[in-house]
Amino acid sequence: MPKKLLLKHLEVPGIQSLDVYRQQGGYENLKKALSMVPDAITEEVKKSGLRGRGGAGFPTGMKWSFLAKPPGVPRYLVCNADESEPGTFKDRYLMQRIPHLLLEGMIISSFALGANTSYIYIRGELMYVYHILQKAIDECYAAGLLGKNIMGSDYSLHLHVHCGAGAYICGEETALIESLEGKRGNPRIKPPFPAVKGLWGCPTVVNNVETIAAVVPIIEMGGDAYAAIGVGKSTGTKLISASGHINKPGVYEIELGVPVEEFIYSDEYCGGVRNGNKLKAVVAGGSSVPILPGDLILKTTKGEPRLMTYESLADGGFQSGTMLGSGGFIVMDETASIVKNLWNFTRFYHHESCGQCSPCREGTGWMEKILHKILDGHGEMKDIDLLWDIQSKIEGKTICPLGDAAAWPVASAIRHFRYEFEELIKSGGKVNRPAYATHAG
Amino acid sequence: MNVKKEIAFSPEALALVHKLLSRYPDGKQKSALLPILHLAQTEFDGWLSPEVMDYVACLLNIQPVEVYEVASFYSMFNLKPVGKCLIEVCRTGPCWLMGAEDVVKYIEKKLGIKDGQTTPDGMFTLKTVECLASCGTAPMMQIGETYHENLTPEKIDDILGNYEMLNERVTHWDKKHIKA
Ligand SMILES: Cc1cc2nc3c(=O)[nH]c(=O)nc-3n(C[C@H](O)[C@H](O)[C@H](O)COP(=O)(O)O)c2cc1C
Ligand code: FES
Repeated sequence: MPKKLLLKHLEVPGIQSLDVYRQQGGYENLKKALSMVPDAITEEVKKSGLRGRGGAGFPTGMKWSFLAKPPGVPRYLVCNADESEPGTFKDRYLMQRIPHLLLEGMIISSFALGANTSYIYIRGELMYVYHILQKAIDECYAAGLLGKNIMGSDYSLHLHVHCGAGAYICGEETALIESLEGKRGNPRIKPPFPAVKGLWGCPTVVNNVETIAAVVPIIEMGGDAYAAIGVGKSTGTKLISASGHINKPGVYEIELGVPVEEFIYSDEYCGGVRNGNKLKAVVAGGSSVPILPGDLILKTTKGEPRLMTYESLADGGFQSGTMLGSGGFIVMDETASIVKNLWNFTRFYHHESCGQCSPCREGTGWMEKILHKILDGHGEMKDIDLLWDIQSKIEGKTICPLGDAAAWPVASAIRHFRYEFEELIKSGGKVNRPAYATHAG
Repeated sequence: MNVKKEIAFSPEALALVHKLLSRYPDGKQKSALLPILHLAQTEFDGWLSPEVMDYVACLLNIQPVEVYEVASFYSMFNLKPVGKCLIEVCRTGPCWLMGAEDVVKYIEKKLGIKDGQTTPDGMFTLKTVECLASCGTAPMMQIGETYHENLTPEKIDDILGNYEMLNERVTHWDKKHIKA
C-alpha cells in the first residue's frame, strides 16, 4: 500500500468532527509544534522539501523564511482555498472530508510565522464547505484550540473563513488579497511581494490548502522522514485529481514518483482508459499546463518512463514536456477533439481574464474567435500561424501568469496536434473527432 | 402612489453581518463586502438591485460605486432578477468531455429556455458556469449550495422535479445558516 499522509483517516466514520479527529491523534501535532521554537518549525518544513501544492511548486520553507518581520506590524497567513483551476478538485475533497487537518495545519503554520490572525479564502461556490469549515472552527474555539492561549500556551490566534464570489483569477495570490480586502480581483504588480506587502499592506504568506495540510505530517514525522518519500526534489505525497475518460475518476494521494503509466492504468488509481479506448492526450496539471499526446505523457523523448514528479513531467521542456501544476490530471481518449477542447479552455480564459492587461484581455478573445471559426468550418490554414503568433505575444507579457496559462494550452495543442487543426480546416470543420494518431515528432 | 419597500436586513441577518464585520481589523470593514453581498442575495430575492447595493454601501460606510464595481466583477452576483431556482451547469473542459453540452441542451429543451433565461413562471433560471471543482464527478451542476453530480437525464428530471415541488427560493448562502 502506498503511504497516505493526508488521507490517512479518510475512511474513519465521523472524522469531520473534532472529537473523532482527536481520537485519531488530531491536534497532537499542534501540541508538539507549540513546544517548539517557531523558527524550528520553518526549519523542519525546509528540510521536508515541501513545495507549494497550488500550482507553482515553490519551496514552502523558503517562502516562509522570506516573510518580513518588522516590529509592531501584524503578519498574516492566508490559505488559498479558491480551487478554480479546471481539472482540480482535491482541496474541496480534503476540506470537506477532513476539515480539521487543514485547521491544525493553519494553527501550526500561523504559529511558525508569528501570525495572530489568519484567513481561509474559499471560493464562493463552495459555500457548503465554508459552513463545514466554520463549524470546525467553532469547535476549535470551544475546545481552546483557537483564541487566547491555545492549549495553555501563550500563543493566541484568530482564524476566520472568508468566501469569494466566483472568479478564477482570485486564485492568483495578489488577486486573492485584493478580493479579501473587498475589491475586484485584479492582480497586483510584483514587487513588492506579499511577503513584504500583502494583506492590508502587511507581510503575508499565501499557501494552498494541501500545502498547509502537509505541514501536519511533517511535524509528526520530521522534515527528513518526509523528504525520504518521493524522488529527488519531488518529496512527500501529492493529491492528484483525476478526471476525464478514465474508469475511476477521483482524488488519489500518491507518493511522488509513481510512473504515469501506473497511475493511468493500475486499479489502485485511474483504472485505465474507459471502454478500453486508446489514450489520446493528457493535461497533467490543471488546464493551464501544456497538453501532451499519449505516447509523450507515458515516456520522455529519451524513452524513459515518465514519473509523477515535478521534474519528470517537465522533462524535455515545453518541446516535449509539461508540468505537475496543481495535479489536475485530465485524460482524453481517442474520441476527444483536441481543437474543440482547446476552444473550450480558451473560452474559459477569455471569460476569466480580469482585463487589466491588453495582451490577455484581447488576445484570449481573439484566440477564442479563431478557434470558433475553425470549428465552424470557416478556418483557413493561416489561422494556425495566427493562433501561434497571438499566444506567443501573450506569454510573459502580463502582470500575472493567467496570460501564460491561456497561451500554453494553445501552443502545446498546435505543437503536438497540428495535423488535427489542418484536417478540420481542410474538411470545412467536418472531421471533428479524428481517429487516434500517434505523436509525429 | 408607488410606495417603495424599505430595504433592510432581517434582525438575524443583521446580527450575522456584525459578526462578519468583527473578523477584520478596525477600519478594514470593507473586507466583509463579498460575504455581505452573498447574504444580501439571500435576503433580497436572489439578486442585487441598485437599491440593495446602496443599502450595503451604507452599512459598510463606503461609496456605492465601490459596491457596484465589485458586484459586477464576480460571477455569483446576479445584477438582474433570477428564478427561484438558479441552475448552474458547469461547462468547462473536464465536464465538457463528459457530456456537459448534452446536459445543457437537455435542460434547455426540458424547460423551454436558453442559457441565461428564466422560465415564464419565474421558477427556473439556467446559467452555464466555469469549473466548480467537481470534475471527477462530471457532468455536474450546482443549485443553491448543493452540488448535483454524475448527471443523467433521469437524475436531472428528479432533481428539478423536487425543486419545483418545493417551490421555494434557493440561494448560495442558504437561509438555514442565517438563523442562529
Ligand atoms: C490565474 C491563477 C490562478 C490560481 N489559482 C490558484 C488556486 O485556485 N489555488 C491555489 O492554491 N493557487 C492558485 N494559484 C497559485 C497562487 O498564485 C499561489 O502561487 C499559491 O496559492 C501559493 O501557494 P503554494 O505555494 O502553497 O502553492 C493560481 C495562480 C494563477 C496565476
Ligand atoms: S470542469 Fe466541471 S467541475 Fe471542473
